Amino acid sequence: MLIRKPNALAGSNIPSSEMTPKEKWFNRRSFIAAAAATGAVALSGSQLREILSPTRTVRADSKLQTVKSPLTTTGEELTSLQDITHYNNFYEFGTDKGDPSHNAGGLPTRPWAIKVSGQVKSPKTFDIDSLLKLRPLEDRTYRFRCVEGWSMVIPWVGYSLSELIKECEPLSNAKYVQFLSYFSGKVEKWAPFGYNWPYSEGLRMDEAMNPLTLLTVGLYGDVLPNQDGAPVRIIVPWKYGFKSAKSIVQIKFLDKQPPTTWNDAAPNEYGFYSNVNPNVDHPRWSQKTERRIGQPFYAQRKPTLMFNGYGDQVASLYNGMDLRKNY
Amino acid sequence: MNKPTLVTLKVLVWIACLYPVAILTFGAVTNNLGPDPTGNIEFTTGLAALRLLVLSLAITPLRQLWSRLSWLIKFRRLLGLFAFFYASIHLLAYVGLYAYFDPHTMIQDIAKRRFITVGVLAWLLLVPLALTSTTGAIKRLGGKRWNQIHKLVYVSVCLGLLHYWWQVKAGVTTPLGITVVMAVLFLARPTLSWWKTRRSSQPRPA
Repeated sequence: MLIRKPNALAGSNIPSSEMTPKEKWFNRRSFIAAAAATGAVALSGSQLREILSPTRTVRADSKLQTVKSPLTTTGEELTSLQDITHYNNFYEFGTDKGDPSHNAGGLPTRPWAIKVSGQVKSPKTFDIDSLLKLRPLEDRTYRFRCVEGWSMVIPWVGYSLSELIKECEPLSNAKYVQFLSYFSGKVEKWAPFGYNWPYSEGLRMDEAMNPLTLLTVGLYGDVLPNQDGAPVRIIVPWKYGFKSAKSIVQIKFLDKQPPTTWNDAAPNEYGFYSNVNPNVDHPRWSQKTERRIGQPFYAQRKPTLMFNGYGDQVASLYNGMDLRKNY
Repeated sequence: MNKPTLVTLKVLVWIACLYPVAILTFGAVTNNLGPDPTGNIEFTTGLAALRLLVLSLAITPLRQLWSRLSWLIKFRRLLGLFAFFYASIHLLAYVGLYAYFDPHTMIQDIAKRRFITVGVLAWLLLVPLALTSTTGAIKRLGGKRWNQIHKLVYVSVCLGLLHYWWQVKAGVTTPLGITVVMAVLFLARPTLSWWKTRRSSQPRPA
């Protein structure tokens, strides 16, 4: 009688995509070593918390097949995966920067689909697996500038949102695109009161069609970690970070401007356009400079660039517009 | 309280008060201040200043409640001065790490950004209190005048809390805890004095 050996026991059968990448493994080691060294001298609250309930990036992520892209940003030092996954604004999972890495584990990223509706030829649903295969996935490094005054450089994975929009077949009166994020009311126990959930963001049609606008499914060559908006989000690199909606479940094509979560919460602070602009201050702070995450404290500050440095590609979208009024 | 106990307590309070700045210094030297070191320095020092101010203001009500705790007064100046110490690092960190020592930026910020305006005001109000904290100054001013001047601490702590609230985004409630504690302390004073006068005015059995 033949007894089949369980697959899991045959080590050589594990596909390479299931293995923890080497550099991540070493990162984890150095992280643990650093935490131990720090802990030996003094345990601060956050370090203690890290030990008691470790964050959830250390797992066997699945590698994505990617190709190079001419639209990638060069000449910038990448922000570390550790910082990109432990310094997040994802209010559904808590308002502290460290909260999402602890709390976003419950986000059910499979099965997942994006429902497309509104001013389209016919409503459609795109399963996450079909989205991953729709176009070749590109490595796209972009600067990421948060409205709060900090910035990162992140190697995203995805393809231009315009490729998906073409598949959606929008009608000619579709002037805006609205993105709605996942919200079940169950796994987002940390969502603060006073906001309109689910998270809503929007772009003008020409902004959404700009090749820089990225339908994003990964970072650092792996699938998106939950706290960074898994399994699929958009990245609009010339706008403040909150415009780049995470964990998208619905895309609506509309003939008028959709309501957006941050604009509803504080219209004088977060405009619909929210283009990165060093000349237009936030009412409570200056936007002239930014703090680059992961740099030492004496070298963090950098000048903020108009359109976050992507003016060549996007400035023409706003010809004749007063960007002080349309902040 | 005997002398060895007092000395031990003082040492412990010093260690507790120095803990935040020790953690920051260690983090700065080992380049281990987290993803946003500047933000970490500002948040840690600001919170330490506010917490120490609130602690220093808790001492009088606690003494009124339990006379056995009257020795707490020996720690009030220490807490107040440490609060000023952290508020000063907080301000210096803004000057160096946010404004990059640029006077133009600072003037604009103080004039235009209300959370910075009230923050600077809160610190300015602490300066005369720190300067008159010596035993000599108390003698020179006289207890009554010294007390009047040091009432400024209430204004300063309120501005400090406002500074905190105006800095966070709408809907973020992290400043709530310390605000509630402060409100309780504010209400404790009139409540305690009312309770005392009521007790003393009640007729007692002969």
